[in-house]
This record gives sequence, structure tokens and C-alpha cells, in this order.
Amino acid sequence: MEKVLTRYIQPDGVPLDARAYEQAGGYQSVPKALKMAPKEVTEIVKQSNLRGRGGAGFPTGMKWTFVPTGPNAPHPKYLCANADEMEPGTFKDRLLLESAPHQLIEGMIVAAYAIEADVAYIFVRGEYVLAIERLQKAVAEAYNAGYLGQNILGSGFSLQMYVHASGGRYMCGEETGLLNALEGKRANPRTKPPFPQVSGLFGKPTIVQNVETLSNLPHILNHGPEWFKGLSKSEDAGTKLYGVSGKVKRPGLWELPMGTTIRELLEEHAGGMQEGLAFRGVLPGGASTDFLTAQHLDVKMDFGGVQKAGSRLGTGTMIVLDDRTCPVGMVRNLEHFFAQESCGWCTPCWSGLSWAEQILTSIEEGRGRPEDLEELEFICKFCAPGNTFCALAPGAVEPLQSALKYFREDFERHILAQHCPWRTH
Amino acid sequence: MLSPEERHEIEEELERYPTKRAVSIDALRIVQRRRGWVSDEALRDVAELLEVSVDEMDSVATFYNLIFRKPVGRHVIMVCDSVSCWIMGYDRIREHLTKRLGIQLGETTPDGRFTLLPIVCLGTCDHAPAMMVDQHLHRDLSPEKIDGILAEYP
Repeated sequence: MEKVLTRYIQPDGVPLDARAYEQAGGYQSVPKALKMAPKEVTEIVKQSNLRGRGGAGFPTGMKWTFVPTGPNAPHPKYLCANADEMEPGTFKDRLLLESAPHQLIEGMIVAAYAIEADVAYIFVRGEYVLAIERLQKAVAEAYNAGYLGQNILGSGFSLQMYVHASGGRYMCGEETGLLNALEGKRANPRTKPPFPQVSGLFGKPTIVQNVETLSNLPHILNHGPEWFKGLSKSEDAGTKLYGVSGKVKRPGLWELPMGTTIRELLEEHAGGMQEGLAFRGVLPGGASTDFLTAQHLDVKMDFGGVQKAGSRLGTGTMIVLDDRTCPVGMVRNLEHFFAQESCGWCTPCWSGLSWAEQILTSIEEGRGRPEDLEELEFICKFCAPGNTFCALAPGAVEPLQSALKYFREDFERHILAQHCPWRTH
Repeated sequence: MLSPEERHEIEEELERYPTKRAVSIDALRIVQRRRGWVSDEALRDVAELLEVSVDEMDSVATFYNLIFRKPVGRHVIMVCDSVSCWIMGYDRIREHLTKRLGIQLGETTPDGRFTLLPIVCLGTCDHAPAMMVDQHLHRDLSPEKIDGILAEYP
């Protein structure tokens, strides 16, 4: 398969410096884009069918068209790279940040030009120490090489770029939470509308885009939308960084055509389950996606395929549940995370998620009551989209609602026996 | 009082944002990098410099996982308790750490050497279980491996 996102990545993971990156074919999309009108760049990205790789899958080119452009547009406009990879089970952007920082910067220049942005921030989670160090170095090199700063390559287009290391909170990955964090506030979500494309960072038009999404842009500019669509095995274009963690033989991360099946990822790339363990289920796209089970192994890992099976592609990094791991314990771990990371802004989220965690803890510790399952189902509805400010709570209950559906007998066994069947004592 | 170096680093950040307040998190991190944590006094100084009320600055400081409002040990261990690490044996790792250090999560050893904290997913799930000690990531952990890692941090 043709490598796209991982094309510039060296076996030792050390990134190419600006000059080596140029020699390997990097930064070619910048002069190419700068010779076009910004609207033409947006049009190419629209035609490529690139969809956001951060979880929501929104069409990238279409997102850009909501930004006011032209002589009367408000300035400065902002572009933010969302490098706040905090979705449990997700470890894909780390690779791109640590090992291909210039590819991200190049993609950001293209995106910034298309929306006529003046300033770009790379919002990285604070724990990604190596990524922060390498990004800062790469940004400095890009300034020196003339790809950032005033009048880039004599085009008249100027762009400043800064790296922001986050103070750390899952909410920072939420588009509007990220903007509040960049403004030096708590990362609470904002009411929409107004959408960030119109009124975002410091009240100015802003685009927030995931690292993997941005890293695709140089290649789309270089090779064209048809080529990009042809990389995929499905209706969603391009390649995807897929990951597998849990008790498989070879956990890992691979760049594969969009639409690769769960079975292929699990059996061929991850080498199947560890010796003596059986597959029970999988969260296909990170912690906030619904469980899928053995009946879904041939589902294609693209936006439509996973949705039809009742879950979400999310970040494309799967977490595998085996038969020696307690599903109730796993969901309790997930809800502990979401309850802790809830910003407390809206009631269904702060109240519902900690309530769910308490019930799951009591079931796991042998104090479950028969009516607990109905209460958990109520919380799932209580936290549904439309009842909350942002997507945290609806995402948080996805693994819970699907665990209640697929592993209901396991919940009931806990309550009946007043004991977790997976614990030996 | 903020040191001249701290003040200088914060002022450099000010050039990157259109408002003073936007630098809050960067400034708190700058102070913490030099002092280990953010004291009430440091918080007041940062708030004054950035023209933000002390209460607002504290609401920001206490919101973020990586900003410490209590003193910590010479080394901070952040052990991942999220789902992939949990599946791969987080409970054993936590038990080993608490036994070896003689403290619970959230505590500091009496000799001031280590503070032990839980942290959310570190984004290295194909090498779970994982933890960070100060700025360093340690992966594919086992109880045996942990003893060797701790010895690297006197």
C-alpha cells in the first residue's frame, strides 16, 4: 500500500529536519497552494472528500467554507491544530507529532492559506513532552526556511505559528473547550451558535482541526483529490491511522486504506488474541464509542460502516475486550474517566456520569441491586445528545449503553451473585 | 515574588497572544517548572502580572490536571489509570507502586522523594501499562521493571 501519512517517518522515529524534509519532497504543497486562490485550495479539499480524523468526521473542505473570507472579513483569523490527544485508547496523533512535525506544519500552512488565517496555534497536551520539544524545533526551522512569518515565499501571505502546551484536561479536545483554554480560561464548552468558524478564538473566525486531518493536506494538494479518493477501500477517502490495544498478540498502529475491516486489523495486523484468550468485544474508535462484538468483525472501519453497525469510527483506535476481563469493570473504568474529566458545566454530565460510576462500582463490588440496570439505562437517556452542552456526556454513555445491551447477562450475574465473577477471591 | 527569569519567560509568552489573560496557563506552568508547584503567593503574583483576579486565576489553576496547587516531591510519578492500561494490568502496577513507596495515590513519601498521582490515558496504549516520571515516559511496565525505574530517580 502507498504510504501517505507515514511517508516521511523514519524507522527510529526521529523526525527529518526542515532541509531533509524538503529533500524528501516535503513543503512542495506550499508554493503550489500559494499560487492558487484560497477558494481553489478549499475546492480541492472539498473534492477530496477528506473528513475530520478527530472523531466527528465532519467534511474538512465544507467546514472551511463557513469562514468569512475576502476584504471585509474580520481579522486576525485563527487556525488551531487539535493535538490534545486525550481520548483513552488513542495513540495515533502522538506518532505524527513526534515523527513528522513538518508534515503537520505544512498542512497547517495550506489550511491557514485557504481560510486566510493570520495566526496558527498547535494545541498539544502537556504530557506529550517529546512532541512539544520536536514541534518547537520544527516551527523554528520552518520560520528560518521562510515557510512561516511575513510574506511567505514572496506571496504576500503571512502566518505566525505558536505551540501551546496544555495544562491537561480531556475537555480541551472539545472544539470550543480548546478555544477557552487558549484564552487562558477553564476549558468549558461554549454555546453554539455562534460557531467557531464565525466567532471563535478571541471572538474571531477560527478553524480547529485534528492533527491527522491536517497532515493529509500536503498530499492532497500534491497528488489531487482523485488520487486521494483512490487510496481508500470505501466511500470515505484516503488512508487512516488505525490502532489496536488490549490483550492481542501485537498491539500497534498502522496506516491502512480507509475501510479496512475490524477482522483484518485484529487478526492480520494485531496478530489475533493472546494465547488462551477469546475475543468478546471492541470499542472501535476510542473510549467514547459503542461496543461492537463478534458479529461485527467484518464491519469496515470507515465513517458509514461503523455507524451502520451502531457505533462510531471515532479516532480509529480500537480497544479490545477479552473473555478474562470483566466488562462491568471495564465500563466502570471508562465512566470513572468521564466523570472525572467532566468540566461540571451542565447537570446531565456532572451528575449523570458520577452517578453512573457509583452504580457501576457498587455492582462490581457486590452491592448491586436489580433496579440498577434500569437506572443506568435512564442515565444513558439523561446524557443523550440535545440534553448536554457538548459531546462529552453523550460519548461517555456510548460504551455504557452498548455494554448493557451486549453484556447484560454479565451485569445480571454480578447482581445475582453479589460478587464480580472475574475476581478470584 | 516572581524571579526575573520567570517574568522574562512569561513576557515572551505574552507576545504570542492578543490578551494577557490568555497566558494564564503558560505562566502557571512556567512557575511550576521552576518551583515544582504553584503556591498561593505564586498564584497571586501571576494573577497580578496578567491582570486577572486571584479567584479567577485559581479557578484556572485548579481546573487543569498538570498544575499542582500543593507541594510535590522531588519526582512526580503519574501512573496511567485509563482503559487500555487497566486491561493490561494497572491494578498490579498501582499495588506495586503503593507498596514499594509506602504511600497511596495523591500522597508524597515522607522523605520528599516521590509524589504518586493517577493520570489519564498517556496515548501509548500499544505499550500499556505506562507511567510518566517527571518528563519521562515509561512503557510496557511490570512490577519488576518498576523497581529499576524508581532507582533512576534519586
